[in-house]
Amino acid sequence: MNALPLILTVFVACAVEAVEALTIVLAAGLTREWRSTFQGMGAALVVLAAVVAVLGPALTLIPLSALRLVVGALLAIFGLMWLRKAILRAAGHKALHDEASAYLREVAAAEAAERQSRRGVRDWYAFTLSFKGVLLEGLEVVFIVLTFGTNQGNIWAAVIGAAAAVLVVAGTGIAARAPLARVPENAMKFAVGIMLASFGIFWGAEGAGVAWPGNDASLLGLVPAVAVVSLAYTALLRRGGGGTAAQATAPAARPSEEPVS
Amino acid sequence: MKRLRSVWDFWYDFVVGDDWRGAAAIVVALAVTAMLVHLAGVNAWWLLPLCVFAALGWSLRRATAGKA
Repeated sequence: MNALPLILTVFVACAVEAVEALTIVLAAGLTREWRSTFQGMGAALVVLAAVVAVLGPALTLIPLSALRLVVGALLAIFGLMWLRKAILRAAGHKALHDEASAYLREVAAAEAAERQSRRGVRDWYAFTLSFKGVLLEGLEVVFIVLTFGTNQGNIWAAVIGAAAAVLVVAGTGIAARAPLARVPENAMKFAVGIMLASFGIFWGAEGAGVAWPGNDASLLGLVPAVAVVSLAYTALLRRGGGGTAAQATAPAARPSEEPVS
Repeated sequence: MKRLRSVWDFWYDFVVGDDWRGAAAIVVALAVTAMLVHLAGVNAWWLLPLCVFAALGWSLRRATAGKA
């Protein structure tokens, strides 16, 4: 398979996670203090690097068919989870992810927390908030990079996609000094769910011994099929009504036009 | 023990999420696919996509039940 679809898929998936991590880091840095925030971020990056260093080589030792079966199953489950949330949001059954409100919630909590020095860190709250945010969102990035990269036998293409996403999001966040509320995060999550589920189905079935008609080219049919079914479910849920989420009136069926996140 | 529990909760939430039935459906579908391929000689490439679509619909139906 060409490296470009791999890079683009990883880029979009990782950009979504990076936007969420940025919101937390900005909330910690702007309301508490930057030094402890950067220490927390740095500690999380060290842990993530260790995870990659241990898991990366370990994954290459597993036979490809077994790897595809396990990773395919995990990706399909992951994709199903993302799609479920994205469809519920798009149909108005779940509030749209709103980076601006998430930022305000984090800021309110950060302002209320007491300042405590611990283990050489000046502000323990800023450190832990930043550490947890970067680690949790980063784990999803690591998962996506390792699964896509090892399955395609092109870990560097996945790393390039992820690094580009983190750099673009971090650069934009530093320039704006505000959460990236205008990024169409809900639409991106919908697209990522489609890609995760499609690649999960493809690799999982291949790991189970299936020979796809047309080999890799079958993804050209599989991805649109997953997208069409997901959009059909969204339309069905919207027609069925009952959406009670606060932002159900947003043009959720046209995710690219969502005003927030 | 409490720490082990929280580690388990984190990974469960990370991988399985809100709906374990969807995850179980995918695992079962993969097992059936492997059996069809290796035991019956059927190239069942169509089975997993159909099961994922069905699992998604089922999960959405349960998530929205009673709201319509």
